[in-house]
Amino acid sequence: MDKRFVSIWFRYFATDWFSLRQPELRKRPLVLRMPSHGRMIVTAINAEAERNGLTCGMVLADARALVPALEVLDDEPDKISRVLSKLGEWCIRFTPFVAIDSTDGLFFDATGCAHLWGSEEKYLSDIIQKIMARGYSVRAAMADTPGAAWAIARYEKKGGVISPGKHIDALLPLPPQALRLEQETVERLHKLGLHQINQFIQLPRAAMRKRFGPQFLQQLDKAIGQEMEMLEPIQPVEPYQERLPCLEPIVTAVGIEMALRQLLEKLCLRLQQEQKGLRTAALKGYRVDGKLEQISIATSRPSHHVPHLFKLFEIKISSIEPALGIELFVLEATKVEDHLSQQEKMWETAGGLHDLRLSELVDRLTNKIGADRIHRYLPAEHHWPERSYQPTDSLQKKPEVDWRTDVLRPLQLLPSPLRIEVTAPIPDYPPLLFRYNGKVHSIVKADGPERIEQEWWLQQGQHRDYYRVEDEEGHRYWLFRLGHYHEETYTWFLHGYFA
Amino acid sequence: MIPLKKIDIFNQLQSEILKLQGFKPANQMALGAGLGIIEKAFPNATFPLGAIHEFISQESEDIAATKGFLAGLLSSLMRNDGTAIWISSQRTIFPPALKNFGLSPDRFLFLDLSKERDVLWAMEEALKCAALTTVIGEMREISFTASRRLQLAVEQSKVTGFILRNNAARLGTTACVSRWKVSSLPSKAIDGLPGIGSPQWRVELLRVRNGQPGVWHLQWRKKSFVHISDYEPASTISYPAKQAG
Repeated sequence: MDKRFVSIWFRYFATDWFSLRQPELRKRPLVLRMPSHGRMIVTAINAEAERNGLTCGMVLADARALVPALEVLDDEPDKISRVLSKLGEWCIRFTPFVAIDSTDGLFFDATGCAHLWGSEEKYLSDIIQKIMARGYSVRAAMADTPGAAWAIARYEKKGGVISPGKHIDALLPLPPQALRLEQETVERLHKLGLHQINQFIQLPRAAMRKRFGPQFLQQLDKAIGQEMEMLEPIQPVEPYQERLPCLEPIVTAVGIEMALRQLLEKLCLRLQQEQKGLRTAALKGYRVDGKLEQISIATSRPSHHVPHLFKLFEIKISSIEPALGIELFVLEATKVEDHLSQQEKMWETAGGLHDLRLSELVDRLTNKIGADRIHRYLPAEHHWPERSYQPTDSLQKKPEVDWRTDVLRPLQLLPSPLRIEVTAPIPDYPPLLFRYNGKVHSIVKADGPERIEQEWWLQQGQHRDYYRVEDEEGHRYWLFRLGHYHEETYTWFLHGYFA
Repeated sequence: MIPLKKIDIFNQLQSEILKLQGFKPANQMALGAGLGIIEKAFPNATFPLGAIHEFISQESEDIAATKGFLAGLLSSLMRNDGTAIWISSQRTIFPPALKNFGLSPDRFLFLDLSKERDVLWAMEEALKCAALTTVIGEMREISFTASRRLQLAVEQSKVTGFILRNNAARLGTTACVSRWKVSSLPSKAIDGLPGIGSPQWRVELLRVRNGQPGVWHLQWRKKSFVHISDYEPASTISYPAKQAG
C-alpha cells in the first residue's frame, strides 16, 4: 500500500496557547519575546500582530514602534514543546503514528487510516475541525511524502489533500523554502532567479550538488519521495497501573492483602526494570454494588521495594469497607520518578539522615499520622526567638546557616509567653521577685537584659528585654519585659525554662 | 585442678547472666555516655545502650532540668552523625537550644501527636528502626506491658530509648533498665563572675537493673559533665554590673 502522510501546521501555536489562558488576548496584537544577544527578540506572533506587519525574529523595540498597543509576554519554549507533545499524544486518535515536527507542527503517518472516516477529504477536515475546536488555528495537508505534505500545508494557501502520485505536480509552483532548506540556500536560489521549484527540479543533479550542497538534494529527494524520511513516533507513557479482577468478590482483609501483594509485585517488577520508583500510589477496589473504595500512600523518596510499600498500604487496609465484596482491584502509581538501584544499595546503610531505613520509617509514620505531624527544623536568620528556626519537609536538606551558639536559649519554650507579676527595683534591672502559678520566686542570680527588637518588616509591636534569672531553689527561667520601663503599658512575661 | 573459690564462681555466673540479659562487657562498647562516675552504677560500669531509660519529673522546672541532662547525655551518644526522633503530645522543647548542648537540632525529627496512644505506637515503630541513634518519647503514663514492648523492640535494633514521664500520677513498675530523677541546683558561677553560671543538677538514679542506685551532683561545663562532690547553695543576691547604654 502506498504511504500517505499528513502534515499539520499550527500557524500561531505559542500565542494560541497563551490566548487559551487569557482569551482577551486573541483580539489584540500579541508577541512573545526572548532575550538574545542583549536584545529582546520577537519569537512568536499571533494573527492580529501579523496583520499589523510584524514578523518573528524582529527586535521587540521595532515591533513596539510599529504597533504601540502591543501585548508582550515572555516566551516559554520548554512549556510550549511539552504542550505540543501532549497535543501529539491526543492526536493518536487519528493515527497510531504521530511525530513531532520541530516546534509548530505534527506529522501523521495516515497510511490506511482515512477510509475509517469515509474519504481522505473527510479525514483531513475532521482533523482540522477537532484541532480548531481545541483553540489552535491550523493548516493541514495530505500527500505521499512528509516533505510534500509539509510544503503544501505551509505554502499552498488552500492546503488540502493531494491525491496519490500527484504530489510532484503540486510541488512545482511552490517557492524553494517549501523544501525545508537552510535560509542561506533559499537566499542563493532567489538570487539566481529560481523562485519556483519547477525552475530547478529538472537541472542536472551534479551541478546542483556542486552549487547548493548535498543537503539541498537530500531535501528535494525527501519531498518528491526518492528518499525515505525517518519520523520518530510519539510513544505515550503507559500508565503505571496493574489490574486484578477477582472471580469471587473479596470481602476479607486477608484477601485484600493477597490482592495487594500480587499487584505490588507486578508493578514493582516493571518499575524495577525501567529503573523507576513510585512516590505516590493508590489502590482502588471496585465493589459489587458499584461503589469505589480507595486508599493511597506517599513515599519520601522513589521506591520499588515491595515489603516497604506493602507495609505502607497495610496500615490503611482496615479503612476499606468491602461490603458485599470487591470484584476488581486496580493499583496505580500516580507519581513515578527515576530511581537507580545502585543508588538504593548506597543509601541502604548510609547512616544518619540519608539512611534508607530512616526514610522508610518516616513514610510509615507519615502514612499513619500525617505529614504535618513530623517536623525537622533548620536554622532561620531571625533574632525573634519564635522565628529563629523554620520547618523543612526534606530529610536531607542541609542548613544554609549555622545554628546560633553565641546566645543562650532555654531548652523549654512555652508555646506562648505567660503573663507574670513582677517586682523590679530599678529600671532596666532584673526583677527582685516574680509571682507565677501562685508561688513567689525570689531571684538570686540574673543575666541580662538582652534586647530583641521586633522585626518591623514582618510584624509590628514592642521590643522584648529578656533576662535569664535563677531563683533560690536553683530553677532557671527566661523572663522578658515587653516595651520600655517608663511606659505605662509595660508587662512582664515568662517565656521558658533553662535546664 | 584447683577448686574455684565460691566468690569466683559467683562472679562468673553473674557475668554470664548479664550477658544473657543483653549487657555486654565494657570493652566491647566503643561509645561511652560521658557520665563519668555515674557509669559505675551500671552493670559492667557501662551505660546500657540499646535499652529503655525512664526519667520522671513533676514540675516544669524539673522537666527542663531533665531535658538538659538528657541533652548532655545525647551529645555523647549522637556524636556527629547520629539521628534522633523526639515524640511528644505537647512539645515544649525549643530546637535551637539543643545547640548549646553540642547537638545539631537539624539531626532531630520532632513528632507532634495529639494522643498518648499514638506516642506509644510511634515510639515503638521508631525504636525498631536501626538507623536511629535514640528515640525520646514524652508521655505521662506507661504500663508494664507497653514498656516491655518497647524493650523488646530495642533488643533487635540496638536503639537507645528514653521515656520522659512528666507529672506521672502513678509510677508503677516498668521494664526499663533504669529510672532517673533530675532536679535543678543553683548554678555555679564561672570564675566568680556575677550572673548565672554553669547549670548544675541533682541526678538521682532511683532504680537500675543489676546496678547500684545513687545520687550525684553534676555540672554541665564546656560541653561535658563534671561531677561535683560538694556544692554550696548560693544565698547572696548578685546582680550583673549595669551595662553601658
